[in-house]
Formats: sequence, C-alpha cells, structure tokens
Amino acid sequence: MGRGAVLVETEDGERAQALHAELLRRRAAGEFAQVREIVPAARTVLVAGLDDPKGFAAAVSAWEVPPVAEAGGEAREVPVRFDGPDVEEVAALWSVPAAELPDIVTGTDFRVAFCGFAPGFAYLTGLPPQLHVPRRPTPRTAVPAGSLGLAGPYAGMYPRSSPGGWQLIGTTDAPLWDPARDPAALLTPGTRVRFTRATA
Amino acid sequence: MSGVTVVRAGALTTLQDLGRAGYAHLGVPRSGALDLPAHRLANRLVGNAEGAATLETTVSGCTLRAARPLLAAVTGAACAVRVDGRPAAWGAPVRVPGGALLEVGAAAVGLRSYVAVAGGFAVEPVLGSRATDLLSGLGPAPLADGDELPVGAGRGAAAAVDVLPYASAGGELVLPFLPGPREDWFEPGAPAALVTGEYAVSPASNRIGLRTDGPALRRAAGREGELPSEPMVPGAVQVPPDGRPVVFLADHPTTGGYPVIGVVPEESLPAAAQSAPGTRIRFVALRSGRPEL
Repeated sequence: MGRGAVLVETEDGERAQALHAELLRRRAAGEFAQVREIVPAARTVLVAGLDDPKGFAAAVSAWEVPPVAEAGGEAREVPVRFDGPDVEEVAALWSVPAAELPDIVTGTDFRVAFCGFAPGFAYLTGLPPQLHVPRRPTPRTAVPAGSLGLAGPYAGMYPRSSPGGWQLIGTTDAPLWDPARDPAALLTPGTRVRFTRATA
Repeated sequence: MSGVTVVRAGALTTLQDLGRAGYAHLGVPRSGALDLPAHRLANRLVGNAEGAATLETTVSGCTLRAARPLLAAVTGAACAVRVDGRPAAWGAPVRVPGGALLEVGAAAVGLRSYVAVAGGFAVEPVLGSRATDLLSGLGPAPLADGDELPVGAGRGAAAAVDVLPYASAGGELVLPFLPGPREDWFEPGAPAALVTGEYAVSPASNRIGLRTDGPALRRAAGREGELPSEPMVPGAVQVPPDGRPVVFLADHPTTGGYPVIGVVPEESLPAAAQSAPGTRIRFVALRSGRPEL
C-alpha cells in the first residue's frame, strides 16, 4: 500500500486478529524495529515503515500464525448500565425478552478487533452471527459519550459524543480515552473484554 | 513563557508540528503540518528543532502581537509579511520588537503559510504532539481572535539566509501514485481513467483530504458496496460512492470502508496541500509498488 507499507489481507476477522497478535509478539522480540505503525482492521493488517516491503510480504505469507484463542490474557471488565434507547428493539431482533439482554451481553467473551472512527473507539467482536444487528436506518446526530452500541458483527463504546448509527443498549462510565494515560485508549487491539452490570 | 496575542486569527489557523505518528492503531490520525518541508524550514530559520510547533494559516494569513521581542519566520505559501506595518522578509528570519504587530498576509501563491517563532509555540502537547487534528479534535482548538499563545525560550541562532529557493506550484498539480491495493474494485480501465481524466482540486478540500472534481471512477460489477474497514495511509486515493477520488492528507481517518485505487507518495503531498481549488490535477501512475507474492 504505497511505499514502505504492506496491507496484509486475511481470510476473516479472526485471522486478522491472530496475525496482529503475532506481529506484536515479533515486534516485542525485536523484529522489524523500524516499523512505524501496525494497524489492524476488519480483515486486514497494515504494517507501515518497512525498509523491505517485498521481503516482508514474502515472509509473512509463510508464517505459522497461532489462532487467537490460544493467545489468552486477562479480560478487562467494563461495567455497563443497560439503559440504552434501543434495548427493546435489539431484544426484539434477538427474539428474547428485553430483561434477558444484559445476561447475554455480560455472558459473551469480547475481544478488541481494531480501533477506528474516533480515538479510543474499539470494535469488539465476539457476538455470534445470530446476534448481529443492522445499523439504525437513520443515524442519531448526537450519541452521548460512554454509549454502548451494536452494529453488524461489532459492539463498541463512544469515547466522546458524536453522530452515530449503532443500536444503543447501554452506558459505561469507564474512561475509554485519556490522552494523559499510556496507552490513552482503555481498549487496545487484542484486549479481551467482559461487560459487567454496573452497580447503580 | 509570555508569547504572542492573536489579533486576527484568519480563516483557519492551527498549531502544527510533525504530528502523532505511531498511534493509528488506537484510531488517532497522524495530523501535523500539511506542508512539512515548509514547517521544517520555518523552524530552521529561527533556530528551532524541526518538531517545534508552528502556525499553519489557510488562505488569509493571520496577525499576531508579540509580548516580547521575538525572532519569527514565515514560509510555505508566499505572502506579504509586515512588522508594525513595514514590509519584512518572507522566507527569512524577521525580528519582531516587543509590542509590535506581525502581519502574515493573504497567500499570493499556495494556500498555507507557516509561522515559526524562536522557542516554538509552547502549548501543552497531546500524545507527544501540539498539532491540531481537525478530524478527531485532539490538540489545541484552531486559533481565535484574542487567544494568547505561550512561546518557549529561543535556543539556536537564526539561520543566515540570503536566498530561499521555493518550489512554487505551477499551473497544475502532479500527483504520482502507486496503484493498489484495491484497483480490482474498479472497472479494468479505472487507473487509466484516473490518469487521463480532467481532474481539478475541489473547494471541499481540507486537512483531511484533497477532494477532486472530475469524471467519476466506476466500480467493477459486483463491487458496489463497502469493504470491511481497512487501515488508511497518508496519500491513499480513496474513492467514495460518488466516484470522485479523495487524496488523504494529515488528518485522514485511520480506517475506512471505501476502496483505495492507489497511494500518492508522501513527498508529493505538500504540493497537494498548497494547490488552490480549481487547480488542474495530473495523476501519474508509477510502476506498481505492490510486492509480488
């Protein structure tokens, strides 16, 4: 992708996450120290700042990348109030009573696939396909900061107020973005996430 | 730390530096000066390190009042420079007495001028950078009339400059690009159509991207939708559903769902940032930089 950067395409999101984890392991071990950015997305991973992009591209396709499930790590707990305006609608799409929606969400293992849209906005995967819901037909002009939303295969929380078309099911007070903290994002790519019921 | 007061902020004046590289995986755009060579040069002229913050003006310049004697330099878009009303040099160190007005005039050639002062503008950095990121809102807000900007202590000596060569934008903007990664999302002739099409800089261009007016690039059959989000780079030529290519500049989003037909090397982006709306664009296909697998 341009000069000195390679966009590695994988078959699916899980393989992209696994490749991202492998790239981070190799960078931590001192490989390709010159690399400026390793950026995962839905099914691709960008590696930018390579001296030898052709050599890297040839090497990466031969790597044995372990599946992401084997790369464990502590799950980060994020307390949520299930008070979003779209709880009823999402529960209806799931064909469950609205009262059961929190148990389904808190019982799901999520993982940060990638960040984008806004600083600290994490795209979380983990919902099984039958729980994927479409975006709202008309986006809201202002989604409050801390809102937990669902769209397609993803769950995500808005670090700050912005327009958005995701189905809102809850709110968190967790500090999703703090530039004074390192890392500034609470949820970085590869992080495992469990939602818990916030005690009001 | 006393520095300058903004007397006239101009159309859009922001603090810029080398940006926030290395945080794209958190959704943070690179940001930083659009014309990096001009930013670096302004700093060198006043004896600053290249990463010191400068002001990036847009079209209409700006006016500052110095709270104490300052050494300043204006580079980038050529413009009239005045100190307390008297003509002063563009592209050279200029002494501004305490209390004096530094006027950076409207751009005569180009769009964005850079104003450096010895010591640099010492606002608080965010993630290691003082750059204003207009996409994500990181960094200081664009300047407003009456703002006070702190200035650090000057450290180096002013550069001794007699002549400043400046590659001024000609009648057209030449944008070389490496095809890919998603040229297969377009009709087979699309890269050629980009090269031969009559494109011009759109007035809707901004720090996020250079938008174009011209013929729409057509998608290949069956490739009408969006891609799953993928990472973007500066210079990526993204083609939204209206078919008119957008060349991503410093404040571009870190991921996107529209296909990228090619990538303009970063050394060609300063010229893009200095090209006024209506400027004719000539896209030139470079040999594919795509690694063969």
